[in-house]
Amino acid sequence: MGGGVATETHQFHVLAVDDSIIDRKLIERLLKTSSYQVTAVDSGVKALEFLGLLDDVDVDNTDSNSHHHKVEVNLIITDYCMPAITGYDLLRKIKESKLFKDIPVVIMSSENVPSRINSCMEQGAEEFFLKPVQQSDVNKLRPHLMRGRKSSQNHKRKPVEECLSPDRTRTRYNNHDLEL
Amino acid sequence: MEVDQLQRTFHHYHASLFNEGFLDEQFVQLQQLQDESNPGFVVEVVSLFFEDSERLLNDLSKALDQENVDFRKIDAHVHQLKGSSSSIGAQRVRDACIAFRNFCDERNIEACLKCLQQVRQEYLLVKTKLEALLRLEQQIVAAGGASPM
Repeated sequence: MGGGVATETHQFHVLAVDDSIIDRKLIERLLKTSSYQVTAVDSGVKALEFLGLLDDVDVDNTDSNSHHHKVEVNLIITDYCMPAITGYDLLRKIKESKLFKDIPVVIMSSENVPSRINSCMEQGAEEFFLKPVQQSDVNKLRPHLMRGRKSSQNHKRKPVEECLSPDRTRTRYNNHDLEL
Repeated sequence: MEVDQLQRTFHHYHASLFNEGFLDEQFVQLQQLQDESNPGFVVEVVSLFFEDSERLLNDLSKALDQENVDFRKIDAHVHQLKGSSSSIGAQRVRDACIAFRNFCDERNIEACLKCLQQVRQEYLLVKTKLEALLRLEQQIVAAGGASPM
């Protein structure tokens, strides 16, 4: 295999965010039965901290040679209703981030509010799950994770694109054009 | 007591909890997440539910006892309890929480106090029943049987 893809053989890593300890246990177990590696945190602030996106440790604005090490996360699944930073706020911050905007984000909510669902989807959420989350919901995550992995593989190939044959254009590897 | 007898008692009791509406399908989901690699999953989640609920019920009591009742805070607590009871399948607790939230909207202290009493009652009922169910499971495993969960 070409250079820089050793990490591709690792398990998918999901960051789960929920202020309810019961829901955190549940989502963690559901994700682990799908063989995902899980980091579960109890707030949006802790999620941003984990990603290195909190204001005082802003990896987005550090140069590529800095000692800040970007954490590998393949998907973020977050509760909507949380004190301080809501799931929607967290979604927005992730989509505004240079480093993490392409990471799929999924929202969970105990309330079926169409306007809420619409605004989350418009903000770039991949899925919106109604709680309690089921195994069948978690099964829907795989395509998003696979697409994310392909996309990050292609980003890693960028520096050697002059070695690619001339008829391959960048747009064919664009997220939205991938055929699975 | 013989393992077979215990298993029968368990299954009968388990079925009654669903028939009487104490538990719903979500509890079955919990059971399905328990296996040999995670044999204590149901006990763990149920224990967390007990701790969490007791804390919330206490907070609700205190909040309704204030001179100036903060209905938004009360609603937030009930919302949390509704969520956790829903997540473990404690149907009657969840339904009592839904009714409670409606009275929060009306800012009716008397009604809220009654609702709190209802929720607490439903919680204590399901707690007793879940403890009995888990004890049966324990007895079966201790007698050399496989967990019926």
